[in-house]
Amino acid sequence: MRKQFVTTIERLLDEDPRLVVLLGDIGVFAFRNAFKNHSKRVINIGILEQATVSLAAGLAKEGFIPLFHSIAPFVVERAFEQIKVDFGYQQLGGHFVSVGGSYDYAALGCSHHCPGDIELMQAIPGMQIIVPGHPAEFDALMMQSFAEGKPTYHRLSERSNNQAQNVVFGKAEVIQKGKGPVVITIGPFLDRVIEASLGIDATILYYTTLAPFDAETLRAHAGDGRILCVEPFYEGTLAASITQALRGQRIAFTCMGVPRRFLTDYGHASHQDAACGLLSADIRLRIEELLYV
Amino acid sequence: MHYELCNLKKQITTAACVAGEGHIASAFSILDILWVLYKSILRHDPATPEAANRDRFVLSKGHASLGIYGILAQRGFFPMEELKTFAFASSRLGGHPDSRKVPGIEASTGSLGHGMPMAVGMALGLKIRESESRVICIVGDGECNEGSIWESAMLAAHHQLGNLTCIVDFNHSGDRALMLGDLSAKFRSFGWDVAEIDGHNHSQIETSLLPSGGSVPRVVIANTIKGHGCAEMENNPAWHHKAPKAEELEAILAQIK
Repeated sequence: MRKQFVTTIERLLDEDPRLVVLLGDIGVFAFRNAFKNHSKRVINIGILEQATVSLAAGLAKEGFIPLFHSIAPFVVERAFEQIKVDFGYQQLGGHFVSVGGSYDYAALGCSHHCPGDIELMQAIPGMQIIVPGHPAEFDALMMQSFAEGKPTYHRLSERSNNQAQNVVFGKAEVIQKGKGPVVITIGPFLDRVIEASLGIDATILYYTTLAPFDAETLRAHAGDGRILCVEPFYEGTLAASITQALRGQRIAFTCMGVPRRFLTDYGHASHQDAACGLLSADIRLRIEELLYV
Repeated sequence: MHYELCNLKKQITTAACVAGEGHIASAFSILDILWVLYKSILRHDPATPEAANRDRFVLSKGHASLGIYGILAQRGFFPMEELKTFAFASSRLGGHPDSRKVPGIEASTGSLGHGMPMAVGMALGLKIRESESRVICIVGDGECNEGSIWESAMLAAHHQLGNLTCIVDFNHSGDRALMLGDLSAKFRSFGWDVAEIDGHNHSQIETSLLPSGGSVPRVVIANTIKGHGCAEMENNPAWHHKAPKAEELEAILAQIK
């Protein structure tokens, strides 16, 4: 997904003179051609996230489309107030592209984990949130949201689904329509949800845009209201969006995602998947629970 | 004191009294600077506040909003009468300035440490576009506690933003928490051109803010008096965020001379 990020942004740099890329001293080698071809608009800004976000807002004030790229905890958590006030409150357009969400950088420990980024970004009115599950989905969603003039957060993942979906910004995809429980999932978790649902007559709804949240598709496919949300970030992050979309309807709602505790083990992301109970087998058990509700 | 400036201070004080709210002393600390900026330095046109060739002014210490509102009204960005709506529920003029509501306000500030890096971004954008416009911002000395101020100082020097001038309203109100020491030396060590002035001397203010034409950002350390021009408010912490009661107003206004 990171390779696609560079390819997409290089293309946008060629096409749109308003784009200014600010790298938080990461991805510098990957963007080497962009540095060469657009030396004024591709900047290794350094490791100072607070000023960078405000500086990006200043660029947006001047009519540019800033894009700030760094690791999730530093983009979102370190500079959250700057994003809230300078972009959210002032209603300025710009893109925040993170890597290392949740425990993608498992071995680096808790300082580099960030399962809370989506929940924080949801708290900023007007913030658009995109979690692609495949490089081609990142490309499509970046292109669709690029010039909208809205603050937009893109969460790149280290892991991708095998196949890209035909995603549309702001819309959920119906992957599978069944008569049983409804499983909502997001970005890189689609493949494991499909695997977990094999042989079960479930509906699978796939979200890559989390804000604005597509309530319409959920309402149209909520069935009898037995709903499981499988989230690649803190469990329950989308609970308010889902329950609000289905207000007035009787539902049996449950969710699973990264548990709300510090993950003090290291290893690979797959180790954390197992430790967090987020393997396909774990998901299948939770779907099966809903069969008897 | 200049008659118009004295009158403006009285209108600011009255507006705060009506609202029961306002950082009057912070506004008075920078009012001479704002006066000179808008009279002699900044290219601006109240009829086209978003004209591309304007100079940009960012009030990073947004709590001094009454100062910039007073000056903008005095320059014709909106009627002076509107100052009396300050902090009313439906007013455009809030306790901290909102760039989406008030003509002439370039950035919504209030949370300290945001305006200066935004000004750096504006200056960088203007440089990329090869514009001749300047960016001038005012930060408070207490605001210089914020790390983002020094992050911005590094960025502006590194990117050779000679089109940026930062004015530090050095009224020492932050001393009770952190002593800033030799602020000129600090900025100089960050690669800035430094001028130190009496922030209430109009001639010194004007000279220090003339365009330098170089590629080095300039900081003007303006030694100021918080509450300047009103004896009871001057350097009196009780007046940091306080409005006179209706029955006190006349006595306070009489002190502004």
